[in-house]
Amino acid sequence: MNNEAMLHDATHASHHDHGHEHHEQHFITKYIFSQDHKMIAKQFLITGIIWAVIGALMSVFFRLQLGFPDKTFPIMEKFLGEWAKGGKLNPEFYYALVTMHGTILVFFVLTAGLSGTFSNLLIPLQVGARDMASPFMNMLSYWFFFTASVFMFISLFIETGPASGGWTTYPPLSALKEASMGSGLGMDLWLISMSLFVVSSLLGGLNYIATVLNMRTTGMTMTRMPLTIWAFFFTAVLGVLSFPVLLSGFVLLIFDRNFGTSFYLSEIFIGGRALPNVGGSAILYQHLFWFLGHPEVYIIMLPGMGMASEILSNNSRKPIFGYLAMVISLIGITVLAFLVWAHHMFVTGMSPFLGSIFVLLTLLIAVPSAVKVFNWLTTIWKGNLRFTVGMLFALGFVSLFISGGLTGIFLGNSALDIHLHDTYFVIAHFHIVMGVSAFFGMFAGIYHWFPKMFGRFMNNTLGYIHFFITIIGAYLIFWPMHYEGVAGMPRRYYDFSAWQSFNSFQGLNAFISVVTIIVFFAQLLFVVNFFVSIFRGKKVTTQNPWQSPTLEWTTPIHPGHGNWDGPIPTVYRWAYDYKDNGEGGDFIAQNVPLKEGEEAH
Amino acid sequence: MSVFILISLVAIVFGIIYQIAKASEYAAVLNGEEKVKQQTNKLMASLLVAFFLLGMYGIVKCHTALMQHMIPESASVEGVGFDSMFKTTLIVTGIVFVITQTLLFWFVYKYQSRPGTKAEFISHNNKLELIWTTIPAIVMAGLVVIGLKNWITITSPAPKDAQIVEVVGKQFNWLIRYPGKDGVLGKRDFRKISDENNVLGLDWNDKDNKDDIISQNGELHIVVNKPVKLIIGSRDVIHDVGLPHFRMKMDAVPGIATTIWFTPRYTTAEMKVKTNNPDFVYEISCDQMCGKGHYSMRGTVIVETQAEHEAWLAKQQSYWDVNNAPATPAADTAAAVASTTMNN
Repeated sequence: MNNEAMLHDATHASHHDHGHEHHEQHFITKYIFSQDHKMIAKQFLITGIIWAVIGALMSVFFRLQLGFPDKTFPIMEKFLGEWAKGGKLNPEFYYALVTMHGTILVFFVLTAGLSGTFSNLLIPLQVGARDMASPFMNMLSYWFFFTASVFMFISLFIETGPASGGWTTYPPLSALKEASMGSGLGMDLWLISMSLFVVSSLLGGLNYIATVLNMRTTGMTMTRMPLTIWAFFFTAVLGVLSFPVLLSGFVLLIFDRNFGTSFYLSEIFIGGRALPNVGGSAILYQHLFWFLGHPEVYIIMLPGMGMASEILSNNSRKPIFGYLAMVISLIGITVLAFLVWAHHMFVTGMSPFLGSIFVLLTLLIAVPSAVKVFNWLTTIWKGNLRFTVGMLFALGFVSLFISGGLTGIFLGNSALDIHLHDTYFVIAHFHIVMGVSAFFGMFAGIYHWFPKMFGRFMNNTLGYIHFFITIIGAYLIFWPMHYEGVAGMPRRYYDFSAWQSFNSFQGLNAFISVVTIIVFFAQLLFVVNFFVSIFRGKKVTTQNPWQSPTLEWTTPIHPGHGNWDGPIPTVYRWAYDYKDNGEGGDFIAQNVPLKEGEEAH
Repeated sequence: MSVFILISLVAIVFGIIYQIAKASEYAAVLNGEEKVKQQTNKLMASLLVAFFLLGMYGIVKCHTALMQHMIPESASVEGVGFDSMFKTTLIVTGIVFVITQTLLFWFVYKYQSRPGTKAEFISHNNKLELIWTTIPAIVMAGLVVIGLKNWITITSPAPKDAQIVEVVGKQFNWLIRYPGKDGVLGKRDFRKISDENNVLGLDWNDKDNKDDIISQNGELHIVVNKPVKLIIGSRDVIHDVGLPHFRMKMDAVPGIATTIWFTPRYTTAEMKVKTNNPDFVYEISCDQMCGKGHYSMRGTVIVETQAEHEAWLAKQQSYWDVNNAPATPAADTAAAVASTTMNN
């Protein structure tokens, strides 16, 4: 069906809905198997929040172990049962927790929960479409994610525990049942879950790309799109091109685990016997994994970048600085994201020459990243800053992105990586830049678009408290970890007491654990604010509460399926016309025709 | 049950906090929303600046508090390049960090919305953008050049006179093999591995193996000021030989031999004096997640003088002799075997 026909159909459908507004949609089609992109966005978001709480709680448990290795916490036994007998975490389960924390937050929260939510919500609303290119595929995307979630959740409760080989699940550790307890059924469930997740991600991503390319309303040229859409578009491109490679890596791993192949296995003696496998390469998996794994970092970062751009500009009452440079730097990051994966593998014994190429390409990413930072700074420069909660999180996003981005310059340089690799320096780096910073982008987006999602505001006071505890806590937790890393302290250690080189950091570890617990409760504050505000929050009374020029605010306060009651608005100008509208307002919406003699930007 | 009580308690507390926060918003409505908005805006700008100032102070405090726990300067000649390069990178990124964060929070304060203020319509500035694209590119090029210079030094072939030692990881300890008098490591085959009498699967048909020494207590004996080349392997899963004091690290991959080489600068005895720590010991950490005992996969490096090293070597029995010479086990070999069984 061509776009015109589709639009026509959708318009028709929406008129139909409009005419029968008093008929409630059935509960199942409205809230469960919904094909409305806004409802699917909410499904992704709420599933993501539930996963985030689980993932964060896991980090509290293993931080208790790291902070207080000689103490017991009977409360843990209540939650974890046999895994924390007598209140002391079992090492095997410590590794399972670390693995699940990583998998859940990277994939289920910051991929599905982030772009699943905001690409779904904002792409149709901001490009002026009634829904996604294929609402049915969109629904499937959520339900594949849901099924993946179910498998992952089940794996938490099986006798041998969930996968425990790290979120990267390198073989042979993850391939051989003899190598660790989590490499048994837990790993099978992990692989099933992740394969379903890849399917979900592809269905979503293809839909986002198709929608951005084909479903834009009249006048919405590519260069009139808000930066959020550009960011979601490139996020989807990254996902579509790299997730299949990950899946191929998983398929080979499934073969090695179950069908006796030797893709990753060679010359192994384990469990008292030599395995028959020869000729495989354990490093091959790492190439396949990081070919997704690195773009994945940008899949997590780009939505935050897009939303921060939008929110900074909106609350500065000023256009984003260097729109075109922002788009070009997004393209630069997207292209380079595919060419740097091996910087995760500098110490695998790879060819030194190849290593130097990857150093060069990796440090090149600093250029588009720097451009983005400077553009954000100049966006708020000479602005008229309004500190909404969303704005604070967007500013926090920039601060954290700088802090975490700069340490990437250390790690991308192989001669430094050789010492810093797999130490706490890496943990500090990626938690600041793609953990906390991406979360800040997500929080900014939630606070900012909550009124569009639910027709109510979140509570501001709680939002401000949430912001300050989180940013202070994040820096307190991760800043000192850099020092531990420079001292060579390795990641994924259950206990440092026996290590002379590292055990002098024990006091610091205890401090970090205490802060972690405080920050965890601050996040619960957010969760409470979120869910209570859905039902009890202050009602939105104006169509455009943030005075934003973009199209999502031209829809009704409670948009139905189809988004606009009447025809889809036509777009006449770019998304950042923050200038005097001649009537005392400080912005002109995208759907306002050009005045006589006015030139389009 | 108590978990449910705990969870419901937490829920009630949060419920109360929410109600208080909500009440404060109603109060805001009563006091005139516009005015409260302005006050909040001012308060937030000040709080952000306070956060920035306290943060900068905290960074200094953190630095002075943690530097005393740092490991000493590089104990290998090749790692000296790391130390200086780290410093250079730290200075470069430090400058960028301070400038950008200062600008961010300064703008936050300076351009906060006040009654009557307006934003300027500025959409781009090609000259400015060109400048801040070019400068990072040039700085990065500089860092790449320094980095590659060091990288080439580290990854170049080991000097011909380097001592050769094989380090093999297994769950969860390190096996270390010295080539013996002939200076050649014999062939090994994973099919011949036996935990009782052939931990590395040495091929006894290869005569080069007969004098090879295997130490199972994870002690790597090397000579000060003499390059050492480690041939690294693994018996089961991927491990990683981490030598933080020497600023070196290399994966141990089953089926693939990897290598690193370096030249130790200080003997263990010298380090004891240098660090004022009579118990100082160089440690080998496993830096690649390898299973439940990953955190306990500890080895040590003993850097000694040539004379000490030779004396130590003379006391070692070859692995062939340990397993085949009846009834004459040297005292320390027995100790080594005992400690291995403990490790297992």
